[in-house]
Amino acid sequence: MSITYVVAVCIGGYLGAISRYSIAQKLNQRVNDSIPYGTLAVNLIGSFFLGFIVSIGLDKMYIMLLGTGFLGAFTTFSTFNNELRKLQQYKKKWLLYFTFTYVGGLCCVFFGFFIGSRII
Amino acid sequence: MIFLYIGIAGALGALCRYLIGLILFTYAVFPFSTLAVNLIGCYTLAFLSSSLFQKSKLSSEMKSAIASGFLGSFTTFSAFSLETMQLYQSGEVLYACIYSAFSMIGGIMMSNLGWKNEVKA
Repeated sequence: MSITYVVAVCIGGYLGAISRYSIAQKLNQRVNDSIPYGTLAVNLIGSFFLGFIVSIGLDKMYIMLLGTGFLGAFTTFSTFNNELRKLQQYKKKWLLYFTFTYVGGLCCVFFGFFIGSRII
Repeated sequence: MIFLYIGIAGALGALCRYLIGLILFTYAVFPFSTLAVNLIGCYTLAFLSSSLFQKSKLSSEMKSAIASGFLGSFTTFSAFSLETMQLYQSGEVLYACIYSAFSMIGGIMMSNLGWKNEVKA
């Protein structure tokens, strides 16, 4: 661990959290039975770009800034599960949200990795 | 102003996640540290929003900063996807399955365990 990595993770986390919050504010509808598209979007987009930046082989410094910091903070697991819990009584939407996030996230990370490894 | 709070809390959340990653099982093949932060974060978020936040006199901005900023950043979905893919790519298919099953089931379980029903949300 070095101090530059700590600073990089903090700057990335700062920007990632703000970006996630503003996207979630815009896209998540404030009704109980709706799939939170904002959270779904950040998780899928974040997975894609993490796959991408890992495959193009950046410096560790940039991995810390963009990967661990920005994309780590941009995507969220706790909010996702909290929203799943709120959807529990709507079985169909619960299943859709669960499936879209996990299947989508894994597809996105593979796709991002694939695109990145083609570019270089 | 809310954005500043969210950002600072987010930076702290990411830093804590990074530090836990440094301390916890650094050389293990299995990504214990991501699993640990994700499950702890799920439990804490459910617990805070169902009980502690209901009683406390914190401003709603502070609550958002802690819930959405700190815990949102502390837990991560992108690292989960990436690590599952990397386990799969390195031929550890069994580990990839175990890791994703633990994250999926564990996340749901922890969210429900943390949620205290006696308090009306």
